Amino acid sequence: MFAEFLQYLLSGITVGAIYALAGLGFAIIYNSSHVINFAQGEFIMIGGMATSSLVAAGLPLWAAVLLAVVITMLVGVAVEFFAVRPARNADVVAVIIITIGASIFLRGLAQLIWDKESHALPSFSGDAPIHLLGATIVPQSLWVIGVSFLSILVLGWFFNRTLFGKAMLATAYNRLAAQLMGIRVKRVLTASFGMSAILGAIGGIVITPITYTNYEAGVMLGLKGFSAAVLGGLGNGLGAVVGGLIVGIAESLGAGYISSSYKDAIAFVIILFVLFFMPNGLFGKRGTERV
Amino acid sequence: MLEISGLTSHYGRIQALKGIDVTVNEGELVALVGANGAGKTTLLRCLSGVQPVSGGTIRFEGRDITRVAGEDRVRLGIAQVPEGRQVFGALSVEDNLRLGAYCRHGPDVEADIKRMYAQFPILKTKRNQAAGTLSGGQQQMLALARALMSHPRLLLLDEPSMGLAPRLVAEIFRIIETLKSEGTTIFLVEQNAYAALAIADRGYVLETGQVVLVDSGTQLLANDKVKEAYLGQ
Ligand SMILES: Nc1ncnc2c1ncn2[C@@H]1O[C@H](COP(=O)(O)OP(=O)(O)OP(=O)(O)O)[C@@H](O)[C@H]1O
Ligand SMILES: [Mg+2]
Repeated sequence: MFAEFLQYLLSGITVGAIYALAGLGFAIIYNSSHVINFAQGEFIMIGGMATSSLVAAGLPLWAAVLLAVVITMLVGVAVEFFAVRPARNADVVAVIIITIGASIFLRGLAQLIWDKESHALPSFSGDAPIHLLGATIVPQSLWVIGVSFLSILVLGWFFNRTLFGKAMLATAYNRLAAQLMGIRVKRVLTASFGMSAILGAIGGIVITPITYTNYEAGVMLGLKGFSAAVLGGLGNGLGAVVGGLIVGIAESLGAGYISSSYKDAIAFVIILFVLFFMPNGLFGKRGTERV
Repeated sequence: MLEISGLTSHYGRIQALKGIDVTVNEGELVALVGANGAGKTTLLRCLSGVQPVSGGTIRFEGRDITRVAGEDRVRLGIAQVPEGRQVFGALSVEDNLRLGAYCRHGPDVEADIKRMYAQFPILKTKRNQAAGTLSGGQQQMLALARALMSHPRLLLLDEPSMGLAPRLVAEIFRIIETLKSEGTTIFLVEQNAYAALAIADRGYVLETGQVVLVDSGTQLLANDKVKEAYLGQ
């Protein structure tokens, strides 16, 4: 009974951690531009796919991971530079649609570069399950949870302790004043895409040994990350993390106790619920003073 | 130091500035007064580069900066205290100051923060609070201190006394006079024409996007048209 619950909880936290990273990606870009970047899921996919093929090409895991993160970051920067920046004077909604276009383009590109098959990655430290109070957890899950936790800590450190991190926050709060401080707000936007891509890539890399990946894997992961961000309150970093964990756990409990065919539906029920009944999310600001 | 000639600017099809000529000399305190909607804020925004210029030129220290990006003008030595203060509400007072020195990070930033705390003691007691929790007057002090953190040679002030209690207004004007006596060149926009002209070396009167009067501060205070229109006499 309890063991079963714990089992669902652990797998929920594992996927929830990935949603949290994706949700943070949404939050960072939303803060710097008010754009919802629907290519976030593709960053997750590219991270996993690139690592998988680099390992297959013979690179040691650490080198493949590093390279894949850099590649994904460059893809993120390219999305900003070639798709978002030319439309900077357009309406936010138009830019959001452009990011949907970018996501379709990236999926197509992935299909060309790789294929339509499923791609695997060996677990980072074996597959011997660990027993915990009657539940079992694979070592890779610990990697997922640990790496996500660490990424979130680093991100928190970056925004609270570094001058550029503070400049990014300042730009989110008040773009005009940020410009008056001499903060290059265009660079902030580019950096936000680069950082969101890195977060996505990290999530995609650590989860691939458990779930495998393919050129379309980013669609669902991106949407789940989006529900995490919406649930937490768009633009709120802590909210995105909590939202990610809630979506992950709800999904896993729903799949376990109700039916696994409802697994994906749960995230969408959450989105609809939030949009109808609490449009500011759990941690979002009330009223119009959205900064 | 600052020469503006024939400057025009538009909001869409609306022309907000219709050929402005203004000069500010080194060490001067120049006031710009005018009614609501005259274009004072627009002019300052053009100077700090956050508002597109449709014609004319801005020269700063002999160099044409009309096309220089806003972000780079701080680096040239122009700082603006924007209308409505615009502090970073969710960031701490100290972080606001630190961002004021964004363009010149280095070890002396901490020393500058100390100097600001000495000049504005209230900021020191609130240093770790979110700027948004400060009162209007305190936020104005913060906005001013934040601008000073960039070591500006030209300080642009947009209605620093707006919405403040009379006692604070007096304090703000005292601070402005101190800054001037320390050698900072100041271009001051005010609706509080009396107080502004009283401390200004020279003043400009702006009406619907055009300069209609230029004179020394004391002459403008004595000018009948100014008295009637802006001093309520
Ligand atoms: N964002 C904007 N879009 C369109 N028109 C604007 C905008 N901002 C200002 N204007 C117009 O430009 C003109 C000048 O405005 P500006 O804000 O520069 O005046 P101001 O002298 O600073 O007024 P105030 O004393 O109220 O601050 C006004 O007619 C105003 O309606
Ligand atoms: Mg104004």
